[in-house]
Amino acid sequence: MDWGTILGNAISQIASPTTAAYALAAIGISVHFGYTGLLNFGQAGFMAIGAYAFAIATLGFGWPVWAALLMVILASVVFAFILGLPTLRLRADYLAIVTIAAAEIVRYVVSTTGLTPVTGGASGLSGFSGGFYALNPIPEGTYGFGPFTYTADGWWVRIVGWTLVAIATVLVWLLMRSPWGRVVKGIREDEDAVRSLGKNVYSYKMQSLVLGGVLGGLAGFVFILPRAVQPGNYGTALTFFIYTLLLLGGAATVFGPIVGAMIFWVVLSLSNGIIVGLVESGIVSFLTPDQAGQIRFIIVGVALMLLVIFRPQGIFGNKKELSFSV
Amino acid sequence: MSDTAVASHPLVDGAVGPGCKKVDPIVVADGVTRQFGGLKAVDVEHVEIPRGQITALIGPNGAGKTTFFNLLTGFDKPNTGSWSFEGRSLARVPAFKVARAGMVRTFQLTKSLGRLTVLQNMLLGATKQGGENFFTAIVKPLWAKREDEITKRAEDLLTRFKLDAKKDDYAASLSGGQRKLLEMARALMSEPTLVMLDEPMAGVNPALTQSLLGHIRGLKEEGMSVLFVEHDMHMVRHISDWVIVMAEGRIVAEGPPETVMTDQAVIDAYLGAHHDEDLGEMEVELDLPTVEEAEAAAEKKHEQQEGNH
Ligand SMILES: Nc1ncnc2c1ncn2[C@@H]1O[C@H](COP(=O)(O)OP(=O)(O)O)[C@@H](O)[C@H]1O
Ligand SMILES: [Mg+2]
Repeated sequence: MDWGTILGNAISQIASPTTAAYALAAIGISVHFGYTGLLNFGQAGFMAIGAYAFAIATLGFGWPVWAALLMVILASVVFAFILGLPTLRLRADYLAIVTIAAAEIVRYVVSTTGLTPVTGGASGLSGFSGGFYALNPIPEGTYGFGPFTYTADGWWVRIVGWTLVAIATVLVWLLMRSPWGRVVKGIREDEDAVRSLGKNVYSYKMQSLVLGGVLGGLAGFVFILPRAVQPGNYGTALTFFIYTLLLLGGAATVFGPIVGAMIFWVVLSLSNGIIVGLVESGIVSFLTPDQAGQIRFIIVGVALMLLVIFRPQGIFGNKKELSFSV
Repeated sequence: MSDTAVASHPLVDGAVGPGCKKVDPIVVADGVTRQFGGLKAVDVEHVEIPRGQITALIGPNGAGKTTFFNLLTGFDKPNTGSWSFEGRSLARVPAFKVARAGMVRTFQLTKSLGRLTVLQNMLLGATKQGGENFFTAIVKPLWAKREDEITKRAEDLLTRFKLDAKKDDYAASLSGGQRKLLEMARALMSEPTLVMLDEPMAGVNPALTQSLLGHIRGLKEEGMSVLFVEHDMHMVRHISDWVIVMAEGRIVAEGPPETVMTDQAVIDAYLGAHHDEDLGEMEVELDLPTVEEAEAAAEKKHEQQEGNH
């Protein structure tokens, strides 16, 4: 077993664009669930909307990157309104059901053969990121050290991805320390109380849904930069991974989504490397390499259970805050 | 028994009786009904709430008091009816707009925002906060001044309600009675014209009851009108200027506290099947000791519930 490679691969996950995409999507869920108490179980749907909006705007309409990015934001806003308008006046569980269903509908719609000319059907879309990499100001070459050595394009996608994460983090922090954040957190605690104090609860829930949804859409954009758009990536499991890493970091915390995403991917990569290594070197003979690939998700599940038992507030969460059964 | 029906009163324009006209009403409601399946929970033909007074809305459990509160404040929709507040129609106006109009309520089951601090709870009650707008919120200098003003006001109110020592604690860590106080103080942050309190005394430690009563009186002294629900006659007699009695959804009696308890309709409402018993016995049943017992029992029950959590 090559421990150096296994560790190197795992460590490099800290800065990977996929980790940035997950962190961004998790910041969105922290706005929804952590601060406002909205149960959005369709963040994968927002990511799919963002991913397809960017790819279709680029490939289908031939738009430049900035216009395609505006399209990502616009499509996410529209999707948030479609989900929120009928449900946000109802009890919290309606939003949960509608978002989980809507995300699945998005995935089925983009996979249908009839839409292949637009969405690429089941095989998805690729070749849309040329414009994005053309904007890369870094000269050709390889830079960095140890596991953090990337090509110019590798740096470019990481810089853009993590810059978006940083902007989202600062924006959410600014909002949550403001009176706007106070209203939203009040809604999480008891929306009727907030209503009785003269706040338009419906409007605030919509604003929160749109903000977190746009972050989900942008996460979809970051997610596809190093890969193709494939409908299979946007299943319900993606949403639950995002919840997992958010709870890992702490749901209503500033750095929880970022650190949660980093730990999630490092652990996933590390456990995968170790298991595959054990199988390949013949130490573990009862698993096929395929099964080995799946085992890591079982490990994630067990880790989540241990977390909920021993540190239910997440890494950054406040234990005191959680000890109240309200 | 029917003396109250022909008596007059300085608050009343004409004869005193259920649905009587007031000299200076702040709320006027007409034909308000609310049906739950086969049950008509509220069926109010006409009622007027006097301005600048403490009005008690009493009646046995299930009389429809909370439902009527919910209707007036926009938390529930009536089947029929209309009502006005300070001359402005408020029927079918959403709850947050009712609150903004100056009619602010509290809830029978306290709704303190547990994972916000006591001070944050208070600040949430303040109106005209520019920082509650999404875009303004991002730039602190735009709302910092208003934040200072309302923080000052919140701290003053907390001192008055003896919660200032708790201002940085999570509201969830307060006792049941303190939460009632917080909810009331929070409602006052918006400087309302009419304060509607749904059972402010329920579950409150007897030691706090006196100060709660004092605070309610204080609201009136500051020029606010108060409408409060209570089914405890003793409390009502203590602080109210006017009493409205509900039973089975209807307004069955109205009058000043000294005389309304002797109204036959009230006796019927409270004693139900025992309406042939005479007044002397009723006075005994409704008087002081039972109040203290009920208070103690309620507090005990509350503590047990808290213990279970
Ligand atoms: N949401 C509801 N659905 C069905 N019945 C209700 C509902 N709310 C109240 N009721 C019924 O309406 C009647 C009046 O209730 P309520 O207004 O809570 O009485 P009070 O506050 O005077 O004790 C009761 O019989 C109660 O069971
Ligand atoms: Mg009630």
